[in-house]
Amino acid sequence: MGANIYRNKKPVLVFLAPALLFMAVYLYYPFLKNILNSFMDIKQLGRPGTSFNSPWYANYAEMFRDPNVWIAIKNTLLMMVVTLIGQVGIAMVLALMVDNIGRGKQFFKTVFFFPIVISATALGLLFNLIFLYDKGMINQILEAFGKSQLTDWKAEGIALFTMMLPVMWQYVGFYFVILVTGLNNISDELYEAAKIDGASTWQKVRYISIPLLHNVICTCSVLAVTGALKVFDLPWTMFPKGMPLKTTFLTGTYMYYHTMETKNVDYGSALAVLIVVLGIILSKVVNSIFREKDY
Amino acid sequence: MTKKEKSTIGRSLVYLILIIWSMTTVYPIIWVVQNSFKAKDKILADSFSLPFGELFTFANYRKAFGNLNILGAYKNSIFISAMVALFVILFAGMGAYALSRYRFFGSQALHSLIIAGMMFPVFATIIPVFSMEFAWGIASTNSWFLTMLSVILPQVAGNLSFAMVVLIGYIKGLPIELEEAAYMEGCNAFQIYFKVVLPLTKPSFATVAIFSFLWSYNDLFTQMFFMRRPDMYGITMLLNQLTAKEGTNYGLMASAVTLVIVPVIIVYCFLQKYIIKGMTAGAVKG
Repeated sequence: MGANIYRNKKPVLVFLAPALLFMAVYLYYPFLKNILNSFMDIKQLGRPGTSFNSPWYANYAEMFRDPNVWIAIKNTLLMMVVTLIGQVGIAMVLALMVDNIGRGKQFFKTVFFFPIVISATALGLLFNLIFLYDKGMINQILEAFGKSQLTDWKAEGIALFTMMLPVMWQYVGFYFVILVTGLNNISDELYEAAKIDGASTWQKVRYISIPLLHNVICTCSVLAVTGALKVFDLPWTMFPKGMPLKTTFLTGTYMYYHTMETKNVDYGSALAVLIVVLGIILSKVVNSIFREKDY
Repeated sequence: MTKKEKSTIGRSLVYLILIIWSMTTVYPIIWVVQNSFKAKDKILADSFSLPFGELFTFANYRKAFGNLNILGAYKNSIFISAMVALFVILFAGMGAYALSRYRFFGSQALHSLIIAGMMFPVFATIIPVFSMEFAWGIASTNSWFLTMLSVILPQVAGNLSFAMVVLIGYIKGLPIELEEAAYMEGCNAFQIYFKVVLPLTKPSFATVAIFSFLWSYNDLFTQMFFMRRPDMYGITMLLNQLTAKEGTNYGLMASAVTLVIVPVIIVYCFLQKYIIKGMTAGAVKG
């Protein structure tokens, strides 16, 4: 019977057409066009490529020679480690703690999550003030603890730390909520059985919570790694153009830099292709490390 | 030490750590709000004191409303985000319904194509999208409506695949018997969708709408490509330009950040349940 209603296939086209048209025009076509663009010569944003580069792979050859590409890739990989360990790790610790307390669960959920709602641009401005050299919040706190020298948080060497800390901080709550939801789905009976057998809190966490959360942790890790490739707003607000001395580029900000600042649009396209390739490789790697299991 | 004492200490320690993390998320906001009420040269002297008595001033806010087009930027951002959310739920809802109920040639392939659409980073599509809109005469114009449209269209496309994945998951879980009943009464497919499926899918639509709205509202990257004239800036673009131009006027920065953050926090307090669900839906395959 169920198949009867949907035997007449004509409405399908009407239902699907708007969404598919949109995605074809704004997603699939530009995606392929971008790959083509990366082999062309484009002088200005908005202009079509006139001729192919000579040799046609010139942009990709350039990538290997460009030291900033390696800096950007290195920084992005570091960003991934930070998001994996910092975001998912801290979120895991907080989630296990919140799961084991009685009161205030909802409060902590609300408070931990809210930085995600705020735009990364506004947070960039906020952290610019917090990390200000001349008496920003951090330097004032350090001063109160008796540190006499001010730290220039945007200087070379420490700039990466200053950039990654807010990015990490913002999304801890996101993974926290996912993990807490995962912990809530674990049946209480398992914990009760463990309690009867005399398991300590730590043993319950180690032998029940973490194994049963395996798939959720896997999802979080994939999200954290692919998310690290998409980071743009906050680093660009705090450290535009790879300041200082082009040491803080991420793959995304470097792509924007070439597209909009140096007007090397075809090189920007090639960098965008690099981001896609990195994304595919890295999510495969993460997936094979945390292979989903059925318990 | 008895077992009970031990667990009390452990519990207090857990609460202490949780409260410390809460402080890291809450205090920076309080800090920036309190400093936005101080004169720009007094902010840095002692940024932890509350702005009472002589310290208190509205100067930063007068400057913010005077020099910056904050209300205009709000209007632009809210218009864009509302349109994005509206078109996403309209198109994604219809598409998701067709894909969850009809079996046709290529429906499996189409499903994979939509999931693949979620993986396309905006970096990989933005340059051709800009060229395309430029060729159509939508991008880089002086018209307010066209500028808004040039931001709305790519953002709708960027949210569609995610929205469809969430909605397909939900619609597949709805009991088909209701649709059969409607069919027996003589409804056609469109009536079934709008009168039976749509009302039942409301919670999931809310999730998708909130996600799309917030994503669009907070996005800077697309705005940086398509917004050229200051009177057409959205909120994030306005803030970004503010750092470039007035990066040392800390009072103005603090008041601008406050003006942008506080309304969002107020909305968040009222709708937090739905917002948290909306933002994490993609991950938990809701």
